Amino acid sequence: MISEMNHKIPALNPHFRLQWEAAQESHVLLYPEGMVQLNGPASEILTRVDGVHSVAQIVDQLQQNFPEAEDLAEDVEAFLVDAHEQNWITL
Amino acid sequence: MWLLAELTYKCPLQCPYCSNPLDFAGTGKELSTEEWIDVFRQGREMGAVQLGFSGGEPLVRQDLAQLIKAARELGYYTNLITSGVGLSEHKVASFKEAGLDHIQVSFQASDESVNSMLSGSEKAFQQKLKMAREVKAQGYPMVLNFVTHRHNIDQIDRIIELCVELEADFVELATCQYYGWGFENREWLMPSIEQLTYAEERTNAWRQKLAVEGSKLKLIFVTPDYYEERPKPCMNGWGEVFLTVTPDGTALPCHSARMLPLEFPKVSEKSLKEIWYEDNGFNHFRGFEWMKEPCRSCDEKEKDFGGCRCQAFMLTGDAAATDPVCSKSPQHHKILDARRTDAQLKQQNEPDFIYRNDKNSRVFFKQ
Repeated sequence: MISEMNHKIPALNPHFRLQWEAAQESHVLLYPEGMVQLNGPASEILTRVDGVHSVAQIVDQLQQNFPEAEDLAEDVEAFLVDAHEQNWITL
Repeated sequence: MWLLAELTYKCPLQCPYCSNPLDFAGTGKELSTEEWIDVFRQGREMGAVQLGFSGGEPLVRQDLAQLIKAARELGYYTNLITSGVGLSEHKVASFKEAGLDHIQVSFQASDESVNSMLSGSEKAFQQKLKMAREVKAQGYPMVLNFVTHRHNIDQIDRIIELCVELEADFVELATCQYYGWGFENREWLMPSIEQLTYAEERTNAWRQKLAVEGSKLKLIFVTPDYYEERPKPCMNGWGEVFLTVTPDGTALPCHSARMLPLEFPKVSEKSLKEIWYEDNGFNHFRGFEWMKEPCRSCDEKEKDFGGCRCQAFMLTGDAAATDPVCSKSPQHHKILDARRTDAQLKQQNEPDFIYRNDKNSRVFFKQ
């Protein structure tokens, strides 16, 4: 399943809005009458989800930005699968 | 923080379960466009993210698109809570352009006759269907809110079918709560325990069916607290998350709190910050010091905060009493009585609703 993910192009579900909230010092996902506060890794991944870049490209970008991190592919893909299940993104 | 802007008490419908205050006809002048925008700005500075436009019927305000635009520019996630009456294809589009994020449409029932009986409007149902379709066609996420009660809860299958047809994203099947006009009409609204059990079973069956079909539709079933043994954690705690501003600019910790024997400030008199942090009304039921027994020594007080202050006041006359929904309350028999008399004995009677309109409200205003 993970290798299939590489070519997919995730996009934010237009029913959700991603924005930086100074009061929470974090990115949040907003939806009807609710909000999810994102942790650091989640916000690094989701802010790169733009409907243009593939999963492999997002992993590359992250790997470049965080060169000290171990192989990120597995974690990023697992998060995106979860985000898809939550309906935050389309794949 | 959640900011609820009750823009107006004007409404073309007359739903007998409306939670607006009974004496709304005697309320002061509505805030101006500039005053509302100033409230939004102050709320945003305090960290509010969610903003609800409510009422009455918020569509009555001619400056709604302007208010939406200002709120969105401030960074709010904007929710319009409407009956759909007064909405048009053009308005749905202009709100989208102004930056509106979400529209919640409320329905009284799944068929025209019950809808008309309850809302006092023949045309309302067809208009709602048309507007719900328009909301989806223009790409909004849509919440449908069905207030359920004795007269429509047995149609639960038809209600859910309709929501699937209309491609709702979330559906609130909310058994009506007994506040404001709803409290006055409780004896004509409360479903029996058999009706509730059936509705909940059907909702669960639909959830399974929708999951199997891969549907993203989420069904939220709200049980009325009159059938619970423990009270709801009302507003997630008094003055913790919610701030309501009424049409005349009165700031409240919840939309019903105006009925309580407390003074609440106006946004024209104090800043929102002063109101939230310093006002006596807002501080009154914060924390646990105000509690009496059995709440004070109860190990569940941090979970439910003693329940709802308005309900305690309406049913016992003491706003600091334990919410009688709690089986530990010495006044719990009032809930048991309501279950027995309102929900069972009056089940066969023709309803004699007191409709929520100006004429009836003036009677309460004079009292």
